[in-house]
Amino acid sequence: MSTGNGSGRGAAGNGHGARLRLKLRIWRQAGPDEPGGFLDVDAHDIPEDCSFLEMLDIVNERLIDDDIEPITFAHDCREGICGTCGVMINGRPHGPESATATCQLHMRKFRDGDEIVIEPFRAASFPVVKDLMVDRRAFDRIIESGGYISAPTGTAPDANEIPVPKDVADFAMDAAACIGCGACVAACPNSAAQLFTAAKLGHLNVLPQGQPERWRRAEAMVETMESFFGSCTNHGECTEACPKEISLDFIAVLNRDYLKAKVKNRRLASQT
Amino acid sequence: MARTVTPTGAGTSERVPPLRRRRRELPWPLNIYQTAVGKKYVMAGTGIGLLAFVIVHMIGNLHLYEGPTQINEYAEALRDLGGHLVPRTLILWVMRVGLLAMFVLHIHSAWSLKEISRRSSPKANWVSGNKRYAGGQDYVAVNFASRTMRWTGPIIGLYVLFHLADLTWGWWLGDGYIRGDVYHNVVESLSSIPVAIIYIVANVALAVHIYHGMWSAFQTLGVNNPRFNHLRRGLATVIAGAILVGNLSFPIMVQAGVVA
Repeated sequence: MSTGNGSGRGAAGNGHGARLRLKLRIWRQAGPDEPGGFLDVDAHDIPEDCSFLEMLDIVNERLIDDDIEPITFAHDCREGICGTCGVMINGRPHGPESATATCQLHMRKFRDGDEIVIEPFRAASFPVVKDLMVDRRAFDRIIESGGYISAPTGTAPDANEIPVPKDVADFAMDAAACIGCGACVAACPNSAAQLFTAAKLGHLNVLPQGQPERWRRAEAMVETMESFFGSCTNHGECTEACPKEISLDFIAVLNRDYLKAKVKNRRLASQT
Repeated sequence: MARTVTPTGAGTSERVPPLRRRRRELPWPLNIYQTAVGKKYVMAGTGIGLLAFVIVHMIGNLHLYEGPTQINEYAEALRDLGGHLVPRTLILWVMRVGLLAMFVLHIHSAWSLKEISRRSSPKANWVSGNKRYAGGQDYVAVNFASRTMRWTGPIIGLYVLFHLADLTWGWWLGDGYIRGDVYHNVVESLSSIPVAIIYIVANVALAVHIYHGMWSAFQTLGVNNPRFNHLRRGLATVIAGAILVGNLSFPIMVQAGVVA
């Protein structure tokens, strides 16, 4: 946590920003099959410069001091790129800020006296492990079924050997930005994983390197997704919740590629 | 973090099993309908077919404003489609069967997809299939139309049955129904205030359903191109609006005494 407040904002007295008193309602659940419920926590003296996860760290330290078991939550890189963290904050995945993962959400976005409801991401295929931590291995099953390319090992190919149009490269990169946090599933009223699958499928299917396995990939990933998650109704909640702002355009790509995969004569796939 | 906590009940959370396994795969193209994305294609395709019907039906009904002779001749012309080339009412019946098939597929796909979503969502609402958070969910992108698709759909379905009983089979009007005299039947039926209210409510539901359905169909069918994406929402709004104005005009004009 930075002590030298570079922005000069809120530099009161000791050089730190203001401190908040928050009324937290945190979901506690002992295990996957245990009933859960909210724990009310009076979180006082929370520095507004700390991140949401650091706020939870502070709360946990105090719980430990009081001999209460700390709240379990998933986290790793804390710089918005690993996709491990993620909780529902006041009914929104990753909280009120757009394009922000939970770890990058800072307490200055809240006001003194705010009530914050913290709940795990919910979907039938995201069982709660404990408290705020959910098991997102259903995503791994989707990736395993086709979210890769098979490349011969050996000498590394020369850079730029395969020409990729700039628009295609940009579009693929937009999809590849997905960190697999599961906010799209959490936000979706249908618990559909269309945005995640579309991002993982789309970034390979639009690139030349992804072409050999394109139709197999589209079919396998969509069908694995369907065995775990709900059905998309194009609300668009996923895109709004996505910390990487993955576009709904990729869902259209997924739909199109899936139908083509079901119709195409794959023996002639290399003919254009 | 002070300490690492081993999840209690470890072992029960070892594996996340699939919620559903696919049944035996049917021959192509039926296997496409066995999947959720395939069902979405069918829902979008039949939705477009039904939308085309709604547009043509609304435009055809505008003959009402030309007078009794014209609307009755229009109704007669529908039965005579194909002229002397085909038996009378054959083409009308082919279209009716097609329409019925589209209705059945649209409803079946919608129902099964709702069930898939309901089973994938904890504490799901029975009608909408949507999940519920204990602390509530703060929606950002949904609109009234997208949230109510699974309510407006059944409203339209029930209304279609009433509409058929009213103006096609004549059950509602009883002795007041004169077969073939469209103008008379429409005025007789819509001059009743409760019936006019049913028509107005149902047609508002229809327009709301189309507002989300048409936009959604583009997305489902993969019709997505940055060159024209900005037009998709506008087109859905214009068409839903035109259908709303056209269809609402009939009960309102009959009630106002313009058509009598």
